[in-house]
Formats: sequence, structure tokens, C-alpha cells
Amino acid sequence: MSVHHWQAIADIDVMQHRARMLQSIRAFFAASDVLEVDTPSLSAAAVTDLHIESFATRMRQQTCYLQTSPEYPMKRLLASGFPSIYQICKVYRREEAGVFHNPEFNLLEWYRLAFDYRQLMTEVGVLLQQLSADAGQKIDCIELSYQQAFMQAVQLDPLNTTVEDCRQCCLQRQIEIPQGISEHDLDEWLDWILTQAVAVNFSTQAYTLLYDYPASQCALAKISDDGLRAERFEVFYGELELANGFTELTDATEQRQRFAADNQKRKKAGLLPMPVDEHFLAALEAGLPECAGVAIGLERLLMVLTAKTRLSEVMAFPFSRA
Amino acid sequence: MRAFSVLLRLGLFKVRFMASYSTNEFKNGLKLILNGDPCSITENILVKPGKGQAFNRVKMKNLKTGRTIEKTYKSGESVEAADVIDIDVEFLYSDGELWHFMDPATFEQYGATETAMADCANWVKGQEPCTMTLWNGEPLLVTPPNFVELTITETDPGLKGDTAQGGNKPATLETGAVVKVPLFIEIGEVLKIDTRTGEYVSRVKD
Repeated sequence: MSVHHWQAIADIDVMQHRARMLQSIRAFFAASDVLEVDTPSLSAAAVTDLHIESFATRMRQQTCYLQTSPEYPMKRLLASGFPSIYQICKVYRREEAGVFHNPEFNLLEWYRLAFDYRQLMTEVGVLLQQLSADAGQKIDCIELSYQQAFMQAVQLDPLNTTVEDCRQCCLQRQIEIPQGISEHDLDEWLDWILTQAVAVNFSTQAYTLLYDYPASQCALAKISDDGLRAERFEVFYGELELANGFTELTDATEQRQRFAADNQKRKKAGLLPMPVDEHFLAALEAGLPECAGVAIGLERLLMVLTAKTRLSEVMAFPFSRA
Repeated sequence: MRAFSVLLRLGLFKVRFMASYSTNEFKNGLKLILNGDPCSITENILVKPGKGQAFNRVKMKNLKTGRTIEKTYKSGESVEAADVIDIDVEFLYSDGELWHFMDPATFEQYGATETAMADCANWVKGQEPCTMTLWNGEPLLVTPPNFVELTITETDPGLKGDTAQGGNKPATLETGAVVKVPLFIEIGEVLKIDTRTGEYVSRVKD
């Protein structure tokens, strides 16, 4: 630990850029009548996702968790009759630290009533291009389906494949096969090939909007009528993942089943099952209006806007100095 | 710990640990066993889609061969830990093949190979306190002190009074290492060097 570690890492001009970015975002939503809201970051319920770990703490006798996204309470607002809403807040994810990860970071999350994911993708593109233009960058948006992206990069149809196909694909293309990768979970293989062989081909002059994820990776998204695709998209800049959005699942019964299935997977993987958000499920039962939502990691976006290569360069005090 | 490691090295009792590390303990300098060889992590990159499986992409140096290896683990995997001990030693001399060190506590001597000396050979001339990493009693790695003081044996003549202007020139140290120094530095001066970066820090005043 050097004595210099008390100092900030990000330069003042990066922090000035950050302030302008936040002003532009707020102006963008003010102009489209999307309301800024604030919801709790501490709750007795937590995300059940197999791949997202919450920080736990205690309040009196109650175990509480720091939010990994404000998704559940924001949907409760929509079910309570709120109009389209957005929030800029800190979220916390345990076990995530690295060049592109920090255990706490800022999300911009918003929900649009009566939008589907394709309409929301268009709006995300408009906002990102406007923020880039503010930074003097002209960046295009490319829409690409998950299936097209895999077919183009590795000639593999991700909606109709097997673990064995993925293994052969890796062997043929000399993509390293990670030690410990599952013998039966296809999504692990798709995640690996996406990061190693597909996203690496995404343009570094454009925002790539990757959409129609496999149904098995639906998270909280609606599933297409044919049952193959989740109405889900992500935004990349080059291979850097910036955002994730859905047409939101509004069916309370299916949502409860997905939470239960998540917790089953967690137990199988040796992880603790998490307490599901009963307030959120009750809100879905009362009726969540049709909507689409998306969350953008603001530190990663600021990296793009300021042409930095490490998350730590856009944070005053990344975790190593926190 | 100290007494224990002495006993271990004297072979008074043999203990076989099968310790392991989980990927979430990975950090630079952590020593693992890969294909039977001890390796030291030099880079650990988290590959993780927001809603997807996490992987650790790791660069390691094989401490026996000096080669760099890349390997990826699914996060949460366990990897065998290298059963290594760090001891404090003093550099004695080099015979052209091995660099000889002594443990001042036991007077025991160790010979380190060129591979083990990769980060160290440039910076020691004698009596420096170094850290030696032993694996199965064999020197695997020698780490020099963070700062050493060495005399310049060769450099271009110094520019008098030029202490403010930028610019630098190469200078050869008594160990044979070459470092960049400011233009005003002269032959015979003693310099303080940061061995982790190989950079000039300051002049040492007599």
C-alpha cells in the first residue's frame, strides 16, 4: 500500500465530463417527460440470479441486501400508477472487481410504458449518440440479433445447438476451453463464446445493439411466441458491455416460477438461495402495465465518452483505493 | 513460523499440504501448481457478462522455466496451491552459473539459477537482503529489496547545472544493468533504484 493511495485516480477533466454527462441525461429525460425517481438500495429481498451476488448486512435482527439493480422497486412504482420513470443510482455486486468491474457502480435505469424492447433499443441509441455527440464523437448504432452475431462470427446457431457443438466450435477455432466449464449448461458455453469470439468482432466505431437472446437467458424478459427468444437486448461498444434491456415480463405466476428456478440453480451450484421479493411479486399480481426497461453502466459509458481503457481511470476512488 | 520453516528445511519432519485457492482469491504473486510446476500469477482478468457466467483469465509465470502461460478458469474453481516458503537471505556471490545466498539465521547456503534470478540479477552486488521463495527446499525465485543503491560505471559526461531541464541518458551500473538517468548525473555517483520498475529514484548523497 503506497502512501500515494489517498489520491484520486480520475483526472479533474474526466469528472467534469461525468458532470456534463449526467446533466445531458437528465435533460434528455426531462424533454421526454420521463420522471426521475429514487428507491431504496437496502432490502430484505434480493436478486435470485445465478450469476449476480448481493452484499448482505444486518438491520436489527433482519438480514438485508444491497441492491444489484433498482429493478424490483421501480416496477412497483409502475404498478402503483407512475408514468415512465428513470433513476441514477449506485448498485453493488459482490465478487466483481477487475479492469472493467468494480463492486459498486452507477446505473442509469429507465422504464418506458407501452414500449417494447425494439422501441426502447431505438431510444437507447438516440441517447447514446447524443451523449457521444456532446463528447465530439460520431458513433453509429448497429442492430444485430444474437443469432446473426454467432452465425457471422463462428457459424454456430445459438438457438439450435448443444454443449458438444460449442466444444467442437472452440476446438476448431482454438478458443481456449476454461477449466471447470459445465458439461451440461449450454448458457455457460454461449457466454464464453460470446465474450471470446463474437463480441471481439463488434465495431469499435459503433454501438452494437445485440437483441433476441436465447430464451434460456431471459432473466426478467418476455419470451417470444415461438418460445425460442427472449425479448432482451444488450448494448456493446466494441466488446465492452454497456447496457441490458427487456420487454418486461408482466406475468406474476411465471415470474414466481423463474425466481424458484433461479434458486434451484443456486442450490445446485452450492450458492445460498435468496429471499424473493414478495412486494415485487404482489405488484405483478396487482398488474404491471406493459413496458420495456433498460440499465446502462455509467462508469463504462464514461470510459467510452472519454476514450479511457480502464474503469479505474474514470473513478475517483476505485475499490483498490476505497 | 520461522522455527517451523527451519525444521522443514532441515527435513526434521515432512508435511504434505494439499492446500488450494479458489479463483476469488487470485491476485498477482499468488503461487499455484499447474501441470506439476509452480507458477506465479502475473495477471488476473475477470471476464463476466453482466448476467452471465464469470471466468478468470489468468497469466502465470512458470517459476521453473520462466515461461508465461495463459489459462482460464470458470470462476469458483479451485486450483492447487504451491507449497512455497519465503525466507530472508543475503546475496554472497555469483560463480557465473549460480547466484549464492545465505540465510543469516541458519548460515545455510542456497544456489539460485538464472531463471530464479530473472527479477533480481540486475540489482545485487553483494550483501543485499533479498527474499527467497523455496519450493520443496529448492530456490524458485529471488526478489531483491524494493530499493538498491548502486554506483555508475559508465555514462556520457554530465551537463553542469542542468538540473531543471528534462531529458535523460543511459547509464551503466556496477552490476551491469542499464538505467535511464537525468542528464546531470556523472560517472561514480551512487544512485537509488526502484527494482520493481527498474527506474532511477534519486542520487545518494555521501
